[in-house]
Amino acid sequence: MAQEVFVVAYDGTDQQVVDFAVDRAMKAGAQLLIVHVLEWSPYSFLTTEELVERHKTRQQEMTRANETIMKPILEKVRQAGATADGEVRYGHVVDIICSIAKEKNAAMIFVGRSSSLSTRVFGSAASGLAQSAPVPTVIVP
Amino acid sequence: MIFDRKTQRIASGALLFLFASSASARAQSVDDIINETVAFFTTPFVKFIFSPLPGTNIPWIVLWLVIAATIFTFYFAFIQIRAFRHSISLVKGDYARPEDAGEVSHFQALATALSGTVGLGNIAGVAVAVAVGGPGATFWMILAGLMGMASKFTECTLGVKYRNEYPDGSVSGGPMYYLSKGLAEKGLGLPGRVMAVVFASFLILGALGGGNMFQANQVHAQIVNVTGGANSFLSGEGWITGLIMASVVFMVIVGGIRSIARFTEKIVPFMAALYVGAALVILAIYVDRIPWAFGQIIAGAFTGLGIAGGLVGALITGFQRAAFSNEAGIGSASIAHSAVRTKEPITEGFVSLLEPFIDTVVICTMTALVIVITGVLQIDPQTGLYVWNSEAGRVATEGNLTGVALTSAAFGKGISWFPYVLAIAAVLFAFSTMISWSYYGVKAWTYLFGEGRRRELAFNIMFCVFVVIGAAMNLGAVINFADAAIFAMALINIAGLYVLMPVVKEEMNSYLDRLQRGEIKKRRR
Repeated sequence: MAQEVFVVAYDGTDQQVVDFAVDRAMKAGAQLLIVHVLEWSPYSFLTTEELVERHKTRQQEMTRANETIMKPILEKVRQAGATADGEVRYGHVVDIICSIAKEKNAAMIFVGRSSSLSTRVFGSAASGLAQSAPVPTVIVP
Repeated sequence: MIFDRKTQRIASGALLFLFASSASARAQSVDDIINETVAFFTTPFVKFIFSPLPGTNIPWIVLWLVIAATIFTFYFAFIQIRAFRHSISLVKGDYARPEDAGEVSHFQALATALSGTVGLGNIAGVAVAVAVGGPGATFWMILAGLMGMASKFTECTLGVKYRNEYPDGSVSGGPMYYLSKGLAEKGLGLPGRVMAVVFASFLILGALGGGNMFQANQVHAQIVNVTGGANSFLSGEGWITGLIMASVVFMVIVGGIRSIARFTEKIVPFMAALYVGAALVILAIYVDRIPWAFGQIIAGAFTGLGIAGGLVGALITGFQRAAFSNEAGIGSASIAHSAVRTKEPITEGFVSLLEPFIDTVVICTMTALVIVITGVLQIDPQTGLYVWNSEAGRVATEGNLTGVALTSAAFGKGISWFPYVLAIAAVLFAFSTMISWSYYGVKAWTYLFGEGRRRELAFNIMFCVFVVIGAAMNLGAVINFADAAIFAMALINIAGLYVLMPVVKEEMNSYLDRLQRGEIKKRRR
């Protein structure tokens, strides 16, 4: 049987989610897929200048996310002994995590719980995934 | 943004000059002096652009636009109707590829282009059209909007197809590029380059006229209007409003305070919705007069209803104001549309054809209906015809108003406090239009004189000076120059579109074939 895939929704700060997922993955012999989502809506409004520079800005954002967020965490995880891959995507966190989980036939999703004021009002990635994740989801406090 | 010393000196020098020249003359006469000086320079240009065809009173340039829109409509076999649903589907993102997330979407390109076009042309320009051409002008305006969709479709497809993409990922597109590159492909390299340069020159004038002075002028008019009309402390002191607006524009385009621009960009769509909503409320209040209003519009379109210009007058003003508002055939919008990320240039053409629809067929029509229905245009109770004010060259209106003040009065009849909202909306619309056009202007400027921060700064400072001039001048002079500049762009742009329309047709046929065969699929949700 192929190795199981655990998807980890990583916002760039919640270290404990990654630690917990690493621990579980090593026990289950599963492979980790760390996903970082850059929040983006195709229906937002841009100024003419932003519009014209969007492609350039996107390249910069992608590079920055890969260099400062994805690379360090992957290194850390691999040092801990787990097999892991990373992906940086644009979109809405919940949608992207769900579609990746389906795409990769993931066995489980790991997500952290944030508790800022805005997430209390608008809902968080964790509550969104609790409602619409296609596979069992672990919410790490 | 950080400037070197010299640039700072230039900037502060220009501002000082502005303040000094404004303060040196007595306040009362500042506006007059500006009026006379500018009119001296612009009148010959305006006269040339609007000279009538020999033996008629139809300005040749209006005919030029009408014929182009008609030709494109037939050449692409009513693409604006055939592709309407597909256009909406594209804007909704039904065909977006997931890997393109984070790039400019069709929706964003349309929204940005719209916030550049939805401006005071929709509020004030329409009032001018209805006052000068009578209610019948509305009919021709709608028709011009519908046909203009084909012109817009053509120019925006070309804008994407012939844009320049630079290694750093930024893009430059628009008429300058399709004229020079597209015409070169057709073996017309030299004429193409000449046309691109001439177009860029006119674009600079258009940015200063329609994209700037007209907007500033009408913002001032509406602010005076809500602060007490002729008794307002700002009445006849347009340069004060102008200076305030110029300094905000200066902060954005020179000072690089983008948050102001971003704020406007986000609030303009809501303002547009609010405006249309308010118009609907007024139509609901006067619901019993809607059939009458449509009757007036249709009858006026073909008979003139006693308006001096008659049918031709209604037609000319209708077409003229529509073109001024939706910019179809002018070429400006293709600069914004060309930034979208797509493998198929034609899809941006499809999306862009919604622009004249929203701008003219929806928003302008609302303004016109409100003006006609609320009865701010005076009707002779005996004959049932509109009272002609021959001195002003338009229909007599309540309080002798025109432009944005007339629209404001009409809205005020239904919703007494709406003129204040309209004043805020006018400021925001004008502001977003100015920011967009300053960008178009810079693109034209750097196309002519080369890239460079100092060159951009020179243009931007000039742009700010024109805000003050525009606010201080009277409407007639401003609207003439603004029109002339915008139409001059159409002169060159449309000539290029005729040469390049087979390219668009080829793209269109290939795309529609693949769409029909099911090779282009909707994204699974």
